[in-house]
Amino acid sequence: MAVVGVLALQGSFNEHIAALRRLGVKGVEIRKPEQLQTVTSLIIPGGESTTMAKLAEYHDLFPSLREFVQMGKPVWGTCAGLIFLANKAVGQKAGGQHLVGGLDCTVHRNFFGSQIQSFEAELSVPELVSKEGGPETFRGIFIRAPAILEAGPEVKVLADYPVSSNRLSNSDSPIEDKTENPEEESKVIVAVRQGNILGTAFHPELTADTRWHSYFVKMSNEIIEEASSSSLVPAQVGTSHYQPPASDLPIYP
Amino acid sequence: MEGSGVVTVYGNGAITETKKSPFSVKVGLAQMLRGGVIMDVVNAEQARIAEEAGACAVMALERVPADIRAQGGVARMSDPQLIKEIKQAVTIPVMAKARIGHFVEAQILEAIGIDYVDESEVLTPADDANHINKHNFRIPFVCGCRNLGEALRRIREGAAMIRTKGEAGTGNIIEAVRHVRSVMADIRLLRNMDDDEVFTFAKNLAAPYDLVMQTKQLGRLPVVQFAAGGVATPADAALMMQLGCDGVFVGSGVFKSGDPAKRARAIVQAVTHYSDPEILAEVSCGLGDAMVGINLNDSKVERFAHRSE
Repeated sequence: MAVVGVLALQGSFNEHIAALRRLGVKGVEIRKPEQLQTVTSLIIPGGESTTMAKLAEYHDLFPSLREFVQMGKPVWGTCAGLIFLANKAVGQKAGGQHLVGGLDCTVHRNFFGSQIQSFEAELSVPELVSKEGGPETFRGIFIRAPAILEAGPEVKVLADYPVSSNRLSNSDSPIEDKTENPEEESKVIVAVRQGNILGTAFHPELTADTRWHSYFVKMSNEIIEEASSSSLVPAQVGTSHYQPPASDLPIYP
Repeated sequence: MEGSGVVTVYGNGAITETKKSPFSVKVGLAQMLRGGVIMDVVNAEQARIAEEAGACAVMALERVPADIRAQGGVARMSDPQLIKEIKQAVTIPVMAKARIGHFVEAQILEAIGIDYVDESEVLTPADDANHINKHNFRIPFVCGCRNLGEALRRIREGAAMIRTKGEAGTGNIIEAVRHVRSVMADIRLLRNMDDDEVFTFAKNLAAPYDLVMQTKQLGRLPVVQFAAGGVATPADAALMMQLGCDGVFVGSGVFKSGDPAKRARAIVQAVTHYSDPEILAEVSCGLGDAMVGINLNDSKVERFAHRSE
């Protein structure tokens, strides 16, 4: 059975592997370039993007990661992972940081501010619900989270979050204030899909709700099935696998 | 509780939540720090070195623990101006220390918008009986522990992250090993315990029963657990990871050594590749002088870890 790779340099990789395990899918830790050869899809977890970029640089992972994305293999980035996958990121550390790229959008690192501005929100996720069922909303946990300011025409928006447009113009973003009333609410994008690349600014791995993981596994499955006829997912991950979680507390594998 | 006829001691969740900053969000940042190294820095320049080396957060201080030991006197919260300067210099999370029980220092740290408060025994305690009631804050806290009971008491008070106390500023790993082993041994004991025996076990630990039960079910502490206090080499850091910690704090070990940038980078790599002896060997080579350690058999050495229960 094919396995899902989880980039395990730093951050919430254990949580992702635990979420996959709950779906009956095996996740393996990826720390070295050669380990990327053994997997058909990859999750880049949350964590500190600066730290992850440094560690990837030490072990020369960027060329292999870029190749992985360019080959069209399914990749999902959460939070720091989303920053990794973006073609352009603003709000980086002095001297900038390396990105993998592939996702045609501009991400504002740490858009919502420091830890004290971290929050939870019920997000409307029509695309996810149409594929996975379950409640109409998804509990998004935003921790020092990034946001997508601009997305290219190829990019499909899966969820957004309202912010005051004041917030947008205050941030050193390239977006101009298009609204006439500065108090009016506008939105930032927090979940996208472009081809085989999935990106979320929040952390589905920190909640007991596994719909995003199931969505990604199915997405990988479709792509692999196009190439061959092997199956990534065991039979029980059907169309209506969603069960209300017993407890929605954070998961500590 | 009206009409239910039931007295609920702790409400529905095991941990009291406030609307503004749910416990899951507080714990969430700690989860993002897993597998990372948090470094003590005393100025913006050191903070930049730590960030460049790949630290996942920095602890802003006026004096590292080794200097607090050497100079003596009362150690207090750092000047907020210094913490602000460090915060501006880096993009990674910034933590700062408040004295045990000094909730006003914590309020000040919350007001300047840092990411985590360390209620630390390294500073001179302000209250010898009570810790800060951390539920009253929107900002998350990390606290030290020597054993499982102490860890769970801190979590009940609202700590969203736990670290071992170790013996800060000594460059001597023995106390940190003792504390991690103590926590892990009690959790292993708990996992194999009959449910009937947990009540007495909780009483003996002097820890809240519900959190003891939650620990038993999870098979680990219900929050992220880091190692701290005496880490000086990449091997020390990997040792703590192999003993089951989620990450490592390095205090005096980096900036009291011969080549801080190189040592910082080596410790970061050692934490990521903690179970790969070949990489550990590679990163341990040619790091220059390690910090001079302190032998803890000397009875004149003050034990910071014994400052609180």
